[in-house]
Amino acid sequence: MRKKQVAIVGAAETTELGVIPNMSQIQLHADAALNAIADAGLKLSDIDGIATAVETPQQIAHYLGITPTWVDGTSVGGCSFMLHVRHAAAAIEAGLCKTVLITHAESGKSMIGKLPRSIPADSLQGQFEAPFGVYGPPSMFPIPVLRFMKTYGITHEQLAMVAVVQREWAAKNPRAMMKEPITVADVLNSRMIAYPFRLLQCCLVTDGGGALILTSADRAKDFPNKPVYILGTGESVETPMVSQMETFNSSRAFKVAGPTAFKEAGIAHKDVDHVMIYDAFAHLPLYGLGDLGFMPHEETGKFIADGHTRPGGKLPLNTNGGGLSYMHSGMYGMYALQESVRQMRGIAPAQVPNAKISVCHGVGGMFAASGTIIFTNER
Amino acid sequence: MAEPARARPKPTPETQHFWDGTQAGELRLQRCDACANVYFPPRPFCPSCASRKVSVFKASGKGKLYSYVINHRPAAPGFTPPYAIAVVELDEGPRMMSNIIDCPQTPEALELDMKLEVAFEKLDDKITLPMFRPAKG
Repeated sequence: MRKKQVAIVGAAETTELGVIPNMSQIQLHADAALNAIADAGLKLSDIDGIATAVETPQQIAHYLGITPTWVDGTSVGGCSFMLHVRHAAAAIEAGLCKTVLITHAESGKSMIGKLPRSIPADSLQGQFEAPFGVYGPPSMFPIPVLRFMKTYGITHEQLAMVAVVQREWAAKNPRAMMKEPITVADVLNSRMIAYPFRLLQCCLVTDGGGALILTSADRAKDFPNKPVYILGTGESVETPMVSQMETFNSSRAFKVAGPTAFKEAGIAHKDVDHVMIYDAFAHLPLYGLGDLGFMPHEETGKFIADGHTRPGGKLPLNTNGGGLSYMHSGMYGMYALQESVRQMRGIAPAQVPNAKISVCHGVGGMFAASGTIIFTNER
Repeated sequence: MAEPARARPKPTPETQHFWDGTQAGELRLQRCDACANVYFPPRPFCPSCASRKVSVFKASGKGKLYSYVINHRPAAPGFTPPYAIAVVELDEGPRMMSNIIDCPQTPEALELDMKLEVAFEKLDDKITLPMFRPAKG
């Protein structure tokens, strides 16, 4: 895909984030979509492409009254929206549509109008994982981390620092769910969820949503807000079964998606001003920094513990507070994208001064899928 | 009211040999006749070279502890927390999820790379699960 041919021209989250007991899941989609359309100065009738995950594109298109000529229902977990951005950029470049709306919303806390996720007993997961007591992401996602820690010499204290540093970012963000400062001791004394992870190393469970609007870079200059250009993209999948990953020392999906995006962008790691790495649990930023090539895996724990990703550090990471402290409705990738867009527009609550390139990396399932988008605000 | 039960696997045509194996006290894996790749979970072709000529064989049942969590909450139906959910690396190469029995469910007792051996636990008349315990000797 060619660089900077497509731009984000509308971006918004739901009016409220957190606990939203007065709105169903599909209305959260609509709330985010209407906010993004207003942000872009468009009408619903301007939208000719639609992408969403979990909910089907037909549900969202019908609810909003959109008649699309291009549709993407890729649903690979929380990074689905990174894949939507990549697919939409290709579709716009190919002339399949002009203006794409991507929506996410989840009534993750209030569970209103939300389909239950279930694992069929005759699926491979149902036969070879569920009988051994896995029960939701906290029991599955951390399974690789003890091996990762042993291989690379990562400590419990370093993994606690991930949560501490992200809380420092969240403290600067009025919309963050958790803003009170925390210490390593607070993290290591919080309630045990699934050893080695404790409550403060697991993502929040909230309600909310977000939406993005993309169009060609040539049209983008006519919109009310500063366009954010797509510089590089990557995607991959590995396995829906965490037990069947090729190795627990890295994520194959990360190692495909990330470098693909860097190669397409034609940038080096030193060019990056801002990074988002989907942090469903505290180990993900370490996998991400290593697998995307920022540094060897064995240096990731020390890098974060030494403060290089905190406010004022040389590699600002998860500047909204992340899934650990900002919000996590179930598929956080959309919120990581929203923060990258805010940083590139220069309007983030914890703005990184003069940031020109933002890397936004997502995970789907338990290392099952991955998508990476690299943004820039310079044409 | 009955106690909530552990999730019960439902075999498919492609996995029946595995579950017949555990019923018979055997851990069965598959090997590709063309490229000798040993793989899991079951499927009637080789995921490495795509050959459909594959054989089922009885594995040694020996392996080592690759990684785990000790789950505290929420606990799955049929489980009393804390309990370890482990991934075992079999001597033949493939890894599989299981539970570790006859061992305290603590970080001190559950050492990565400890040697394990398969143990079969009957779930009901039709299904037996492959569990692992610390290897003797």
